[in-house]
Amino acid sequence: MSTLLEVSGVSVTFDGFRAINNLSFQIGEAELRVVIGPNGAGKTTFMDIITGKTRPDEGRVIWGEKSLSLLGLSEAKIAQAGIGRKFQKPTVFEDQTVHENLLMALQNKRGWLRVLFYRTSTDDLQKVEDLAVEIGLHHDLSRKAGELSHGQKQWLEIGMLLAQEPRLLLVDEPAAGMTPQEREHTTDLLLQAARTRAVVVVEHDMEFVRRLNCKVTVLHEGSVLAEGSLDHVTSNQDVIDVYLGR
Amino acid sequence: MDRSFVAKNPSVLVFLAILSLFTLGVTILSEGFGIGVISTSFVKTLGKTLCLCLIAVAMDLVWGFTGILSLGHFAFFGLGGYMIGMWLMYERTRLIVVDSLGQAEIPPTSAEVVDAIGIQIFGVVGSSEFPLIWAFSHSLTLQLILIVLVPGLLALIFGWLAFRSRVTGVYLSILTQAMTLALALYLFQNDSGLRGNNGLSGLQNLPGVTTSQDVVSIWFLWASALALGLGYMLVVWLVSGKFGSVIRGIRDNEARVRFLGYSVEVYKLAVFTLTACIAAIAGALYYPQAGIINPEEMAPIASIYLAVWVAIGGRGRLYGAVIGAAFVSLLSTWFTGGQAPDIPLGFYTIKWVDWWQVLLGVTFVLVTLFAPQGIGGLFDLWTDRRHPDRHGANLGPDDGALREKEAIE
Ligand SMILES: Nc1ncnc2c1ncn2[C@@H]1O[C@H](COP(=O)(O)OP(=O)(O)OP(=O)(O)O)[C@@H](O)[C@H]1O
Ligand SMILES: [Mg+2]
Repeated sequence: MSTLLEVSGVSVTFDGFRAINNLSFQIGEAELRVVIGPNGAGKTTFMDIITGKTRPDEGRVIWGEKSLSLLGLSEAKIAQAGIGRKFQKPTVFEDQTVHENLLMALQNKRGWLRVLFYRTSTDDLQKVEDLAVEIGLHHDLSRKAGELSHGQKQWLEIGMLLAQEPRLLLVDEPAAGMTPQEREHTTDLLLQAARTRAVVVVEHDMEFVRRLNCKVTVLHEGSVLAEGSLDHVTSNQDVIDVYLGR
Repeated sequence: MDRSFVAKNPSVLVFLAILSLFTLGVTILSEGFGIGVISTSFVKTLGKTLCLCLIAVAMDLVWGFTGILSLGHFAFFGLGGYMIGMWLMYERTRLIVVDSLGQAEIPPTSAEVVDAIGIQIFGVVGSSEFPLIWAFSHSLTLQLILIVLVPGLLALIFGWLAFRSRVTGVYLSILTQAMTLALALYLFQNDSGLRGNNGLSGLQNLPGVTTSQDVVSIWFLWASALALGLGYMLVVWLVSGKFGSVIRGIRDNEARVRFLGYSVEVYKLAVFTLTACIAAIAGALYYPQAGIINPEEMAPIASIYLAVWVAIGGRGRLYGAVIGAAFVSLLSTWFTGGQAPDIPLGFYTIKWVDWWQVLLGVTFVLVTLFAPQGIGGLFDLWTDRRHPDRHGANLGPDDGALREKEAIE
């Protein structure tokens, strides 16, 4: 399997505090990966680095078959290169309708002039419809995103992510605050997405992780503590000590 | 504009209808074209108000929709005024000079004419040389281009520097205030080339036009109404499509927009520059009606008033900005013009000329605190009766879905 993203030897310091410490990570095309770890392990910061929000002090982040370095690219450029991100707290545009949210995320030219003269094609409308069906919001297309329930917002954000058609999805705690039924739907969405692209999921809920049934990376104090199948890492004594045993 | 544009924005039709009726009504009541109920000076006040409405629309686009609280847009308004003022003043002085030199026996050379114009215009600041910035003032076409080019370029450079370094919020507002203050202070200097604190005057006299001001004032009213109508439609079109969706996204959460792959800085720059150009056009129509422009007009406070108008009218809705600008600026004219009756309290007399500012300030605070939707919010009361809002309804499709309140907790 060819490598899509390679993070090597990355470190970040916030005011003297080492949030990420010599972290290395790899993911291939169409791979599903779960990242777990205790609070403050640096999971969100890790995503911040890949998406260009935080600049690391040292290390490399290499993307795609052309081995493009993502360090030094703007957030927008990184997103255009094919990396989509869902935030820990659902962040959709609450003042806009579900339809507008999805349309804005839809894979299209991002330049301001193109956007200014953009006219919704039937093709794009169809894509929005399909996505809405997939995330279970097809009856809510004309509602403001702010009116949606917490779980629906999470789905909308996943839908926006899919609309971007990224090659790599970074999903931060997608099941937080969801009911069991909602979680199940979310699992399906992620498994479906991972068939055609790489997906990294950060999650605390072990039941959820088990259902995703994939390779797991355990982060602790800013670096990788263990990696492998869920059964493999959960039997690791270090992991039990810092994470599971608490 | 296709049919769906109007269909999607029915308020545009209402707005244009009201604007046309207003313009027609004023024309009929004016001294120049009608029965003379409205004085020419009041026609000018109304024409100027339309220009203020136009800059308020621009302000709403940049602040209400994109979330950039610019406190410097009156600088662009003033610059637009200066650009048209230069041609008006040059051309009118030239006609006078040519006329008076023509009396002499030997016809004047063109160099003599230019020198004489220079003395006439720059005599007040003790100079007679044409500064470099007047290089195009002989040409109406070039000066008309400069109306949008100069403020546009200033906005582009300023915006590029500010947005590129990701200056946002209050810091950006302060920076825009600094810009307008710097510009005003510069123009106050006699050697700025724009006649220092004298400014440019006599702008109400159109060169070569002998028609009375009664008629000219109506021309400008029409031009201002046309500009407002076109500007309003342009901005409605901008904010109604996907572009509008992106800039509202920037207002509400610019980081999220970045992660969607939109280059936020470029969008902000485009909006900032475009609104600067709209402001400049409004200014170029305003000052020929005011008759005079001086650096005082670009004082930082003017741009703050603009924000106050838009806030009181209701930001984020274009008609709100128009209502706010019209309502507050006309009221302000009434209060500060000494027409409002003083209120004797026995021990103290409230003179509105002095107290109007206080009243405006208090209103602004009250609106911000208790009616953030502004005057425009009143329209919601009316529309809501027809479309009851569904807040509090079951938010989720499934039994398991959380309601909004539970989800927040
Ligand atoms: N901008 C910042 N400035 C200072 N410290 C930060 C910043 N961002 C993160 N940190 C710190 O870095 C550490 C890692 O934070 P991060 O948010 O990545 O953890 P996490 O693994 O996502 O935790 P959680 O499970 O709670 O979401 C934390 O101790 C946090 O306080
Ligand atoms: Mg986190």
